[in-house]
Amino acid sequence: MSKKPTKTEKKEVETTGHSWDGIEEYNNPLPRWWLWTLYATIVFAIGYVIAYPAIPLINGATPGLMGWSTRADVAAEIKAYDDANAEIEAQLASADLTEIASNPELNSFAVNAGSAVFQTWCIQCHGSGAAGNVGFPNLLDDDWLWGGNIEEIHYTITHGIRNEDDDDARFSEMPKFGADELLEKEEIEQVVNHVLSLSGQEFDADLATAGAVVFEDNCSSCHGEDGKGDRDQGAPNLTDAIWLYGGDKDTIRQTVTYARFGVMPTWASRLSESDIRAVATYVHQLGGGE
Amino acid sequence: MWSTIKLVVLGVVVVIAAIAANYGRDLAYQVQAIEIMLAAGVAFIYFVRTAGDEKANNSGDYLDGVVRAGVIATALWAVTGFTVGVWIASELAFPWLNWEAVQPYLNFGRLRPLHTSAVIFAFGGNGLIATSFYVVQRTSATRLWGGNLGWFVFWGYQLVILLAATGYVLGATQSKEYAEFEWLTDWWLTVVWVAYLAVFMGTLYKRKEKHIYVANWFYLSFIITIAMLHIVNNLSIPVSLLGSKSVQVFSGVQDMMVQWWYGHNAVGFFLTAGFLGMMYYFVPKQAERPVFSYKLSIIHFWALIFLYIWAGPHHLHYTALPDWAGTLGMVMSIILWMPSWGGMINGLMTLSGAWDKLRTDPIIRMMVISIGFYGMSTFEGPMMAIRAVNSLSHYTDWTIGHVHSGALGWNGMITFGALYFLVPRLWGRESLYSLKLVSWHFWLATIGIILYAASMWVTGIMEGLMWREVDANGFLVNSFADTVEAKFAMNAVRATGGGMYLTGAIIMCYNLWATVAKKPAVASQTVAVPAE
Repeated sequence: MSKKPTKTEKKEVETTGHSWDGIEEYNNPLPRWWLWTLYATIVFAIGYVIAYPAIPLINGATPGLMGWSTRADVAAEIKAYDDANAEIEAQLASADLTEIASNPELNSFAVNAGSAVFQTWCIQCHGSGAAGNVGFPNLLDDDWLWGGNIEEIHYTITHGIRNEDDDDARFSEMPKFGADELLEKEEIEQVVNHVLSLSGQEFDADLATAGAVVFEDNCSSCHGEDGKGDRDQGAPNLTDAIWLYGGDKDTIRQTVTYARFGVMPTWASRLSESDIRAVATYVHQLGGGE
Repeated sequence: MWSTIKLVVLGVVVVIAAIAANYGRDLAYQVQAIEIMLAAGVAFIYFVRTAGDEKANNSGDYLDGVVRAGVIATALWAVTGFTVGVWIASELAFPWLNWEAVQPYLNFGRLRPLHTSAVIFAFGGNGLIATSFYVVQRTSATRLWGGNLGWFVFWGYQLVILLAATGYVLGATQSKEYAEFEWLTDWWLTVVWVAYLAVFMGTLYKRKEKHIYVANWFYLSFIITIAMLHIVNNLSIPVSLLGSKSVQVFSGVQDMMVQWWYGHNAVGFFLTAGFLGMMYYFVPKQAERPVFSYKLSIIHFWALIFLYIWAGPHHLHYTALPDWAGTLGMVMSIILWMPSWGGMINGLMTLSGAWDKLRTDPIIRMMVISIGFYGMSTFEGPMMAIRAVNSLSHYTDWTIGHVHSGALGWNGMITFGALYFLVPRLWGRESLYSLKLVSWHFWLATIGIILYAASMWVTGIMEGLMWREVDANGFLVNSFADTVEAKFAMNAVRATGGGMYLTGAIIMCYNLWATVAKKPAVASQTVAVPAE
C-alpha cells in the first residue's frame, strides 16, 4: 500500500506513493500547452457568451452584443432572396400562362423555381427525374391523362385529381366491373383480350372479337370507340405502350375487375400562385408539353 | 429465512408475469411478460435445487465468476451488435436487403435501435460492468460487496437487454434515441442499476487501500450519472399496467431538451467516463508503467464531469430550442475539449518509456489506437458543437461517422484490449492463444474504422453541402433523393468497413475461446487473492 515517495530510475519525477494492484502514479505537473489551451477555450467561451444570446433571465435571455439570433438570421436570408425575386415573382404570378415560355428571363426563373418546388413536393410520387412510378404518371412523355398544355397542367396542379379537399379537383371514376359484378368473368376475359389487341400485344382472337362488343357497350363512353381515351374524363389511351398501372394481361384484368382511383392532392392551399405557375412551367418544358 | 423470501418473491413474480402475459394488450408486452416469467422461473428452480447446499467460505477470494460471465457476454454481444450494424449498413447501400418477408419485425427502422442499443448497452454495458467488477476488486484489494448481488446485476442486465430487444422487434418504443425501451424495461433497468451502484459503492466502502484509485472515480461517476439520466429521461406514465405504451411527462421542447441532455451524457458518462475508468486500469497494467500524472487525472476528472452535463443542447442547434440554451451547450462543449484530452494525455504518456512495446505487443497497440481515436473524436465533438459547423454537419452522415470513430475506435478497441488482458488471467492461462490473431484483429479493426469514418466524412460533408445548395434565385438545387443516390458508393464503403470490424471481433472471439480451451492452465493461481 502506501509507500514513501520514490524516485524512478529514468525520470526525476516523483510518484505519489500510492500503489493499487501494482499501479503507481507519477506526479507530473499539468502539461503547459494543455493548461493554456483550456484557459483559451474558457476565454473564448466568455467572449462568445457576451456576444451571443446566452444567459437566461426571467423574461427571455441576454441578447448578446451582436444582436444575433437563429430566427432573425434565417428570416434575413429568406428576405434577401424574396426581395431580390419580388419583381419577377409578381410578373410570373400575373403573366399570361402561354406567354411565359416566350419571355427568356421569366421562363428561366420559372423553370428554376419550378424545379425547386418539384424537388420538394412532387418527387415523392413522380420521382426525382419526373419519370413517374406505377400509379404515378410519367411527366416526361407526351401521353397526358388530363391534357398537356400549360393551362391544363396548371389546372391539374392547382386543384389536383380525385381529392376531397378541392371541389374543383379533376374527377372521374372507373366502375369496378368485376368487384361490383357489372360484367361476368367471361366478359372480363374477353374485354381484356380486346384491350390487348388494341395495344398490339398478343391476344386470343376469339375472345377479342367478343370483347370488342363488351368494350363498345361498357368502355367506349370514356375510352372512346377506338380506345384512344378522353382527356376530358382523364381516361387513358389504351392503344399505346404507355401504361399507368401496367399493360400485361394480369394487370389489365385486375384494373377492369377492381378499377383504379389515383389521387393527386390540391396544391392551391400549400403553394403560392407563382410557385404553381413555376412548377407548371417546369413540368411543361420537361419534354411532353403541348 | 433469506432463501425463503427469495423463493417467495420469485414465485410471485412468475405468477404475476403469467397473468400479465395472458391479459397483455399488445404482443410486445405479452412476449416480455413471458420472458420475465421464464427468467423468474429458471431462477426459482435454480434456488430450489441449490437450497441447503453447503456454502463455500470464499470471502477471502475475489468474486471472479461474474467477471468471467461478463467477459463472455461482452464478446458475444459485440458480435451480435456488430452483425446487426453491418446488416443495416448494407441495407442503406442496397435497400432490397430490407426483405419484404421479415416485415415489419426486422424492418430497418426496428433494427437500427436494436443495433445502437446492442453495441452501447449490451456490448459496452457488459464490458463496463465486467471490467468495473474486476478493477474495483483489484484496486480496493477486497471481494465484491453484497455476496451474490453482483450475479444479480449480471443476469438482471441480460434480462434488460432481452426485454429491450424484444420490444424493438415487436414494435414497442418510446422513440427516444438510446432510450427507446418502454417503461417496463426502464423500471427493471432501474432496479438492476441501483443494485450495481450498491455493489460498487459497497466494495469501495470496504476497500483495504487508503485512497480510491482514479479508475474507480470514473466508474462511479458513470454509474451515478447514468442512474440520474435514465430516471429523468424516462419519466413517463404507462397507459396501462398491462400494455407496453407509456406517455412522456415532458412534452415539446422540454422533452427534446431532456432527451438530448440524456443522449449526450449517455455518450459522456457511459461511453467516455466509464471507458476512461477501463483505460486507467488496463493501460498502466498492460504497459507496466505508472500513470503519467496524478494531478492531471484529478483536474481532468472533475472538469470532465462538471462540463459534460451541460453540453446536451449542442444536439439541438437551429431547432425550437431557444438560442441561449444552444449557446450554453456550445461553449461548454468547447471548454470540454481539454478536459477530455486530459484522459488521452494520461493514457498516451503512461506509455512513455514503454514505446518499444508497440512493436511487440498488439494489445498495447490496440490500446494506443483506442486512445488516439478517443482524442480524435473528443476534438471532433467540440468542433461539431460550434453553431456554424453544426449547421453543415447536423443530420448528415458526418454525425454517424463521428459516433462510430468514437464507438468503434475508442470504446471498441479499449474493450478488446481489456478482454485480451482479462481472459488469460481470469481463466488462469499463462498467455493468449495467439498474438498473431490479435494482430489480425488489430489491423482489420483499424482499417475498418478508417474506411467507415472516412466514407462518412465524405458523404456527410457532401450531403450537408448538397442540402444547402441554392441557385442564384435562392432555390434549392438538390432533392433529398438526389443526396441518397449520391451516397451510394460511400455507403458501400461503410458497410465494407463495418464488415472488416465485425470480422476482427469474430477472430477475437475465437482467440479468446481457444485461450481457455487450448492453453494449459497455470498451476498455481496467484492472482485470485486480495493483497494484504
